[in-house]
Amino acid sequence: MSGAPQRAATPLVGRITRVAGPVVVAEGLGAAGLYDLVEVGEARLVGEIIRVDSGGATIQVYEENTGMRPGEPVISLGRPLSALLGPGLLGSIYDGIQRPLVELKAVSGAFLEPGVKGERLDPERSWRFEPALRPGDPVGPGSLVGRVRETELVEHRILAPPDAARGHVAFVAEAGEYRISDVVVRIEPDRDAAGGLRTEIALAQEWPLRRPRPVARRLAPDEPLITGLRVIDVLFPLSKGGAAAVPGGFGTGKTMTQHAIAKWCDADIIVYVGCGERGNEMTDVLVEFPKLVDPRSGRSLMERTILIANTSNMPVAAREVSIYTGITLAEYYRDMGYAVAVMADSTSRWAEALRELSGRLEEMPAEEGFPAYLPSRLAEFYERGGRVETLGGGIGSVSIIGAVSPPGGDFSEPVTQHTKRFIRCFWALDRELANARHYPAISWTDSYSEYAEELGSWWDRVDPDWRKVRVRALELLKREQKLQDIVRLIGPDALPDEQRLVLIVAEMLKAGFLQQSSFDEVDKYCAPTKEVLLLRAIMEFHRRALASIKSGTPLPRIVELPLRERLSRLKSEVPNERPEDIRAVEREIGAAFDELDRLYGKEVLR
Amino acid sequence: MRGLEHRGLERAEGPIVVAPRRERAGYGELVAVYGRDGEPRLGRILDASDRRAAIQLFSGSAGVSLEDARVEYLGRPLTLRVGEGLLGRVFDGLGRPADGYPDIISSEKRDVNGRPLNPAARRYPRDFIQTGISAIDGMNTLIRGQKLPIFSGNGLPHNRLAAQIVRQARIIPKTEDRAASRGAGELAENQGGTEDESFAIVFAGMGIKNDVARFFIDSFERSGVLSRVVAFLSLADAPTIERLVTPKCALTAAEYLAFERGMHVLVVMTDMTNYCEALREVSAALGEVPSRKGYPGYLYSDLAALYERAGRIEGSPGSITQIPILSMPNDDISHPIPDLTGYITEGQIVLDRELFQKGVYPPVAGLPSLSRLMKDGIGPGMTRDDHRDLASQLFAAYARVRSVRNLAAIIGEEELSPLDKRYLRFGERFEAEFLAQGEDENRSIEQTLDLGWQMLAYLPREELVRLSPTMIEEHLPKNPREKEGGHVSFEGLAPVTRQGGATEA
Ligand SMILES: Nc1ncnc2c1ncn2[C@@H]1O[C@H](COP(=O)(O)OP(=O)(O)OP(=O)(O)O)[C@@H](O)[C@H]1O
Ligand SMILES: [Mg+2]
Repeated sequence: MSGAPQRAATPLVGRITRVAGPVVVAEGLGAAGLYDLVEVGEARLVGEIIRVDSGGATIQVYEENTGMRPGEPVISLGRPLSALLGPGLLGSIYDGIQRPLVELKAVSGAFLEPGVKGERLDPERSWRFEPALRPGDPVGPGSLVGRVRETELVEHRILAPPDAARGHVAFVAEAGEYRISDVVVRIEPDRDAAGGLRTEIALAQEWPLRRPRPVARRLAPDEPLITGLRVIDVLFPLSKGGAAAVPGGFGTGKTMTQHAIAKWCDADIIVYVGCGERGNEMTDVLVEFPKLVDPRSGRSLMERTILIANTSNMPVAAREVSIYTGITLAEYYRDMGYAVAVMADSTSRWAEALRELSGRLEEMPAEEGFPAYLPSRLAEFYERGGRVETLGGGIGSVSIIGAVSPPGGDFSEPVTQHTKRFIRCFWALDRELANARHYPAISWTDSYSEYAEELGSWWDRVDPDWRKVRVRALELLKREQKLQDIVRLIGPDALPDEQRLVLIVAEMLKAGFLQQSSFDEVDKYCAPTKEVLLLRAIMEFHRRALASIKSGTPLPRIVELPLRERLSRLKSEVPNERPEDIRAVEREIGAAFDELDRLYGKEVLR
Repeated sequence: MRGLEHRGLERAEGPIVVAPRRERAGYGELVAVYGRDGEPRLGRILDASDRRAAIQLFSGSAGVSLEDARVEYLGRPLTLRVGEGLLGRVFDGLGRPADGYPDIISSEKRDVNGRPLNPAARRYPRDFIQTGISAIDGMNTLIRGQKLPIFSGNGLPHNRLAAQIVRQARIIPKTEDRAASRGAGELAENQGGTEDESFAIVFAGMGIKNDVARFFIDSFERSGVLSRVVAFLSLADAPTIERLVTPKCALTAAEYLAFERGMHVLVVMTDMTNYCEALREVSAALGEVPSRKGYPGYLYSDLAALYERAGRIEGSPGSITQIPILSMPNDDISHPIPDLTGYITEGQIVLDRELFQKGVYPPVAGLPSLSRLMKDGIGPGMTRDDHRDLASQLFAAYARVRSVRNLAAIIGEEELSPLDKRYLRFGERFEAEFLAQGEDENRSIEQTLDLGWQMLAYLPREELVRLSPTMIEEHLPKNPREKEGGHVSFEGLAPVTRQGGATEA
């Protein structure tokens, strides 16, 4: 294919000398490079060279290789394991090495047979290309070459790849129908341009999975990724280009949280990587997303989504690469100027794949059997996120949300601990909350977001109340926590009314603000205005109640107010489009307390 | 089939032997090693190099000597012969007939390791299975095609519960069909579907005692389904390593029956803990770097390769529903075996020793139990409109009970607020009336849900914030039991929860 990398690709044939599960040793590949793509055995399974030494080349095999024998051939293709990037990615489901799962089904049936092959992008399909350049225009890495409407929702921008030569357009295809391998632009390199760079640009291009795509520069992540989950957007917000970890024991809600974010967040593109998790969860996305409508564009959510599914029962080596495949696709859309969000469920399974392969390579283990390079691999992965100025001068971002599955739910284990060093947003899932079916079970005591500061000025422009209510709510929850320690010892009766009020309002916050069921038709997605208004109403209740108690109203009169229960239900009763209904309730709060103050108040405090 | 034979071994240690490899032996393929007694010991190749092959024997290497052992390379992975003839048969842990009858008549064989299911070829499981057990149907609904393990402990009645599930499991028609045929007598169809031919039970016993196996077989016999059962038994006295193959044989049979014969297959696998211990033994013999508690780092992937063989696929009406049973060492749910299982399965039914000691059967722990597929299999059109919110409210209330009990243990029950006292009462009734039921008691989903509402009547209405006022109006019993607790005063409104959840005592 003309769009393929231009490195000399002379296949090199070697011979297998040892097979130990997915790790294979071969001789005769001396000239092959590290991370080169190989075809292993008579079945021509996909593999990658992960070590070259005097003992031969060590190869990681990405498909099930039962029955493979020493003596079988290995062919090195002389190029690295790469993703094919071009129109047609959106809406697809791939395995960890970008094999198209729907196409594979047509070839090998419901079960994945080793050695089945499929086209990553349909080579026959035509796309309507609109050029953005004219002959003679300057062109270089990242230049916008033309456009293809990939889905109704997303315009696919064809860019000169990062390894394109700098020069001028010698040829540009007219508007029309083209296939992914058709060359649409030819570059006449500048006289002083370096050699070996790409001069032909097709609709699709290859990019090595393990190499980050270059950017012009990194920008501050000061715009929020709105998720539609209140506890996140208001208390522990994530930035576009930020990185968050969702750690939690089994069944605490990592996947549900990631699904909810993938559905409702305001990113342009979603890359969902199911890495060593359940098959049914991927099916769930495949079935549900096409039916869901994006609240902003009114289009099907699948039109902006790419799935990478390397489930727990699929080959473990391919699990290790799956997150690189995911992040490479994400960077590709980022370079077009899009905000991309990557979900990786679960990074712990990826780390375990690393551990398993490391064990088979007989490397020296560090903590809990993980290889010593675990932290650096984690760092490399999270570093590929960020908000950037692209080579073409646009602004794009990759936000990363990684689930962490700590053994026994204990956050002191290596993967959680090392991940913490490379993320700035930590959504700790709490077993007790999950057991009480308080969802999302994001703990307000153990979670944090370092982005809150940076995001303040964005919110000041959108909704200045955000800062205020956020801080007050966090304070109140912190006070409640302390009071609960007392209550657990002596019961609530001993507390003065003001402190009892804190407990009562905290309950209202939990039921009316923090809890948000993914199954509630109204509440599954909460628009930013509604998020802030709901919290403001509850905090207003607290402010007025406190003042009222101080001026003499007995606590029972406040507790009896029907408004208290109303506030807990507002989230499901007021649709996103009718924020004024919440303002109306806030006025009712005012009126109710005015009345109480009039009845009991020695003086009216406002 | 006879393969290539060689004499002599380089090394023999526990279940691992190393043979010089003079012929083409493939990774993962089957080997028979003959000792002086002439008996074949089956094994599989773990590591094949130009010069030698490391072999894991499914039995020990006792009786095999280095000089005169014969090694036969069979050139294929371990397979199971499949056919309709599987039904009604008992096999040993390696899939060989163990009931005195000959091999089944069929030319079809399947690799017991199976193949990973393409996630794009799955069908999402949605059909509600009524087990007749309130703790399951009401709170942790089982769905056809789900993998829902029972986490148990020594001496807890997991076998009785599993047997009851197998006995009572039914698919009930969707609500509209039910309404149409109300009063027409028999509503429930057998768990397999309309025709009896379409269901089967596959039983895998690993390292269990003979009387446990007997208990299950007897129970199948009493409910008249024995002719639809396929059993694979690797009992406590069989070689431990054999257990590594047993569930694979069972699931291979299940896949054949479900996806090639279109049956609804219920697979009971017990005890997964014995399986994992065998895995640990092999890993230790290989000198692998252990992960937690000596279990190999790949325990998760290994278990997933079994548990993920549940579900439904496109192009076949059949299904595989798995009920693995495992005993938690020391009742510790964070032990690697239950922990990794919980990370793979679609929920778990946890048995609770305290409930058991109180005489509650089935002692299904209220809070840690979970069914993840419940969300798509209940509610309007499937069970009843109120199901989801009712379950959520029962969970929330029961969570509150836990924390009130902790508080009562400290300040004394007398000191509790009236509301907290009502929660205590709710908790007692919930355990005694809702969770507890007879081993032969088969409750319809309506009965279960109505019972749930009766429990909520022990609480003041204002507490039911997870239920909509209209639902409360429609379902909450009109003669509320709340009188018993006296008038609610505001005292109780200061809750004693930490983050709304229960605290460990
Ligand atoms: N936001 C939510 N709204 C409603 N229910 C939820 C929510 N989050 C979690 N749940 C419930 O909790 C169950 C488990 O959630 P989930 O599958 O996300 O857990 P997990 O942390 O991904 O577990 P694992 O590590 O085993 O994959 C869900 O099936 C659902 O019943
Ligand atoms: Mg999950």
